[in-house]
Amino acid sequence: MSIRERLSGNEATAIAMKQINPDVVAAFPITPSTEIPQYFSTFVSNGEVDTEFVAVESEHSAMSATIGAEAAGARAMTATSANGLSLMWEMIYIASSLRLPIVMALVNRAVSGPLNIHNDHSDAMGVRDTGWIMLFSENNQEAYDNMLMAHKIAENKKVLLPLMVCQDGFITSHSIENIQLESDEEVKKFVGSYKPEHYLLNDKEPIAVGPLDLQAYLFEHKAQQAEAMRNAKQVIKEVAEEFEKWTGRKYEFFEKYMLDDAEIAIVCMNSTAGTAKAVINDLRAKGVKAGLLKIRMFRPFPVEEVAEALSNLKAVAILDKADSLNGAGGALFEDVTSSMYVNKKQVPMVNYVYGIGGRDTTEAQIESVYSDLQKIVETGDIGNPYRYLGLRKERN
Amino acid sequence: MSNLIEIRWHGRGGQGAKTASLLLADAAFNTGKYIQGFPEYGPERMGAPITAYNRISDDPITIHSNIYEPDYVVVVDDTLLSSVPVTAGLKENGAIVINTTKSPEYLKEKLNGYKGRIYTIDAKKISEEALGKYFPNTPMLAAIVKVTGIMEENLFVEDMKASFKHKFAKKPEVIEGNMKALELALKEVKQIQ
Repeated sequence: MSIRERLSGNEATAIAMKQINPDVVAAFPITPSTEIPQYFSTFVSNGEVDTEFVAVESEHSAMSATIGAEAAGARAMTATSANGLSLMWEMIYIASSLRLPIVMALVNRAVSGPLNIHNDHSDAMGVRDTGWIMLFSENNQEAYDNMLMAHKIAENKKVLLPLMVCQDGFITSHSIENIQLESDEEVKKFVGSYKPEHYLLNDKEPIAVGPLDLQAYLFEHKAQQAEAMRNAKQVIKEVAEEFEKWTGRKYEFFEKYMLDDAEIAIVCMNSTAGTAKAVINDLRAKGVKAGLLKIRMFRPFPVEEVAEALSNLKAVAILDKADSLNGAGGALFEDVTSSMYVNKKQVPMVNYVYGIGGRDTTEAQIESVYSDLQKIVETGDIGNPYRYLGLRKERN
Repeated sequence: MSNLIEIRWHGRGGQGAKTASLLLADAAFNTGKYIQGFPEYGPERMGAPITAYNRISDDPITIHSNIYEPDYVVVVDDTLLSSVPVTAGLKENGAIVINTTKSPEYLKEKLNGYKGRIYTIDAKKISEEALGKYFPNTPMLAAIVKVTGIMEENLFVEDMKASFKHKFAKKPEVIEGNMKALELALKEVKQIQ
């Protein structure tokens, strides 16, 4: 039986972590994810969890301590944002290369500089090729649910990869909203206990973790990492099915909102998807066949499924909350368009870089994208495919 | 979502406008509504203008943007009237609630000809009488509940009593004062003509 509550995204994440009761949490505070370790350390002090909480002196140490704990055979978690993640950079690759199923809450924030504490996805996009599974969350409910599913995915023997659950800094991390929580007992039952096959503190099987790996085998080990990432897809699907049986809440690689009969659609991630849904409701009432594809599973990227889901549209806009500064387009745009190309699907697509540094993404902005898409359908002219949305001086 | 109510709070850092918006979200949640309560974070410091928001609805709320066309505006500090366009986007069939002792003429001039309902309350007097200190957020919370009619007054009072008991578990001496502030505010919020 679910529990009706109202919580911020950070509170929801901290409560998921409390219910998971990991062996180790090592974290260093950084806005807007600070509240997660803050609430969690309260649970530790109150004896509500028996986690070893390591108050480290930097994010590099947070990730290092998490790696050490996980390699030792413990279930370890952390949380961070933006420059905190940047400082973890070296260890982020090591976590995934050592095949340690660490779970991290990433509360998305703009990476400096200049200094900005507000939301965009530049932190997440910086680590998109580091071998971490990346799940995105529209609201507090999804941040909570993705966290409850995280360990079953990451720790699966076919996967053994670290996983991060993303949500939008402030927009959802600090907004109080309704949420359905599950009971501590049922979460415990669903998540299960962590029994690693190989770990450092196993005196019956002495092993080395992270030794020198040169020309002879590093290539093969990287290929295995890539294979694990491909395997993750099926596991993410199975865990979501099990989760749905338990809670009734359905999760797929992406959510299709009014997409099946849509002529024009937006592809985006996290909180903007909710605003887009409200706009779609208005447009549908006016007879406009608008739809949405909200990516939940960004890594691994659901290449075939995305191509299939978008194949019948007349025009699509991909919204990137981070500019790749590559003269070509945002990361999500590149993933979606290459998915289309390799699956021989041809649909006009444009990219909008939006919401940078916490620029508020309004219903009017979203509506203007659908209106641009209608023009593309009418004229057949894409124009400049690399656009801005909500920039002070529109530069199309 | 025709039953969606959107509220914007204007206050100064340290006055509790953010807390009041969260308490309002709590109270509406307890009557079975879907709610959002969120502040607009800036470079906060004591005394700086801050904005907070509420959405309240019978249906799930998916919008995640700030509120530009609120149904109601709450002004916790009337010195903001000279520096912040508090009526920007405010719907004319809505209302504004201001913590002030200023004259109706002064307020009308500051509100740029806003044609909707204007309510005032002296939250300073109420707070000092009930709590012995100036905490305007409890009276302002009661005032906006009264003006919006989002919940029945007696339900609201009962609910807040429970909230305060929880919130001030370690400071039970302030519960009575806050309840008194709430009840006084429900009586004293007045529409100006």
